[in-house]
Amino acid sequence: MSTIAERIAAAGTGNAIELRGVSRYFGALAALTDITLSVRPGERRAVLGSNGAGKTTLLNCVTGDFPPTSGTVRFFGEDVTTLPPHERIRRGLRRTYQISLLFQRLSVRDNVYLACRGVSRGRFSFIRTRASDAIMQSVHDLIALVHLERVTDRLVGELAHGQQRQLEIALALAGAPRFILFDEPAAGLSPNERGDLVAILTALPAHIGYIIIEHDMDVALRVVENVTMMHNGRIFKEGAPHEIEADPEVQQLYLGGGHA
Amino acid sequence: MALVQTTGPAPLAIPGEERGGLLSRWVSRHSPILILGVLLIILPAVANSFILDQIVGWALILGMIALSLMFLAGYGGMVSLAQMTVAGVAGYMMAVLGTSSLPAISLFWPWWVAAPLAIAIAVAFGTFAGALSARTEGIYTIMITLALAAAFFYLTLQNWPIFNGFNGFTTIPPPKFFGINWKDPIPLYYMILFFAALSYVAVLYVSRAPFGLALQGVRDNPRRMEAIGYNVTAHRIAAYAFAALIAAVGGILLVWQNNQISPFSVGIDVVINLLVIAIVGGISHPIGPFIGAIIYVILRTFALDALVAVGLDGRRFQTLIGLGFLIIVLFSPDGVIGLWRRFTARMRAAGGSNGR
Repeated sequence: MSTIAERIAAAGTGNAIELRGVSRYFGALAALTDITLSVRPGERRAVLGSNGAGKTTLLNCVTGDFPPTSGTVRFFGEDVTTLPPHERIRRGLRRTYQISLLFQRLSVRDNVYLACRGVSRGRFSFIRTRASDAIMQSVHDLIALVHLERVTDRLVGELAHGQQRQLEIALALAGAPRFILFDEPAAGLSPNERGDLVAILTALPAHIGYIIIEHDMDVALRVVENVTMMHNGRIFKEGAPHEIEADPEVQQLYLGGGHA
Repeated sequence: MALVQTTGPAPLAIPGEERGGLLSRWVSRHSPILILGVLLIILPAVANSFILDQIVGWALILGMIALSLMFLAGYGGMVSLAQMTVAGVAGYMMAVLGTSSLPAISLFWPWWVAAPLAIAIAVAFGTFAGALSARTEGIYTIMITLALAAAFFYLTLQNWPIFNGFNGFTTIPPPKFFGINWKDPIPLYYMILFFAALSYVAVLYVSRAPFGLALQGVRDNPRRMEAIGYNVTAHRIAAYAFAALIAAVGGILLVWQNNQISPFSVGIDVVINLLVIAIVGGISHPIGPFIGAIIYVILRTFALDALVAVGLDGRRFQTLIGLGFLIIVLFSPDGVIGLWRRFTARMRAAGGSNGR
């Protein structure tokens, strides 16, 4: 009982995300080495770095898709290192995937419905949800938010790539998120859709923070307050977007070629 | 997915819609299954007791047990070969706890004690099978459940104190209540029809309820289900429990209808036959297992006579059954349901632009 009380007391007091000494090995390969990172509630942060820098591995450790080899992960003060992903999601964490992970043989409505149901009660209910149920309203609001109203009843497997990316974002906004991890949400979107994405991100309520991994600097640097640069599984620079843009080391890594 | 109901909230939400319009649309959407239902209800008026119990009744029972496999495989992506075994556990427990020709083993408890207990034990077994295999995928699920099925077959074959070994049990009568002797062909047929229809409707209904939708989410993408808040392992195990309930009821009907149970009711060949039934009928809709079952029962019953009639060796009837199934699966990987869907799609296309 005391642990629950401690968890409640700790909730909301700490940082939204706090990683201490997180490492992740795949055999002999160190994908992440001794990452220490804290993100405040409501903070918007970009994680940048070349391919293989460990950005997606970092997100996987935060959500629990796979656990870190060592180190601790805290979510709003609570130690979630050993919790399975669904427990973290129910606590208000959300994420999108770099390669869309959707329910291909279900309709758009069912996909969004599952996301809304997943963070509410009645996941095991044998009673069908009525169209008048409050949850259906939030399902349709989310579908409208990502402009998929016209394909609501289509199977997700039949959607265009850009539409699947939009749906990917809708799934991450279900329920009452407290912190969201976006893994390259703009990948494969048209310029128009990128504009929509920026609008959605900037329109999120101020208390919802996020981490965004993005190669498109036009998107990434417009929607964040802080930037974390990663290289070879380590954090090597943190700062405001303009500082990062002007940093000679970053420019060398991103533009100049040779790695350290 | 033409046969599968969509949620269809839009028409329900329009307040001005006439009831009659809704009803007629519902009837026309479900007309094939409604016609089938009416035919099955009036069947005793025209069919003899052989057709009722040995053909249609048997097919409905096999269809129920295959339906529990379809629920797991079609909605959950989990091909469990233990469903016939779950039915066998229920059937054996009915013989052990209830009435049989073996007073040394059977406890002769009244059916209303024995049947619920037998179902509970079978559901516990089915849930256990689920707990063992829920963390596995694909071929490994098949292997684990096949191992359980094989283990139970050899247990019944070699254990005499409880399962009476090789001989099994005979004379396991259906109960008498409401003043009806349910052993008589027509009451037995209606009892089987009732439970088969109930389980069919239940699976169809649950497939669109949160539990069933989430199960389809687990089938399509278990990792994403975790990432939107579902405990995938718990969901899979719960699906096994629900499927076991259907298989268990089917298992009890099977001993009442056969009036016996032995190790060869739960042998590996029977387990494989059940998989064939589900696949041939089609696992994308709950009607598939019943279609597969009636094809199987008809081939099983008449293949021998048909071979003899054309002057061939009757003992080759298994070959004829195998060829029949091979032809269906060759022409339609998604079973008879797939054939039906392609047929209706073509009819609709031929019907021209005035159709939907």
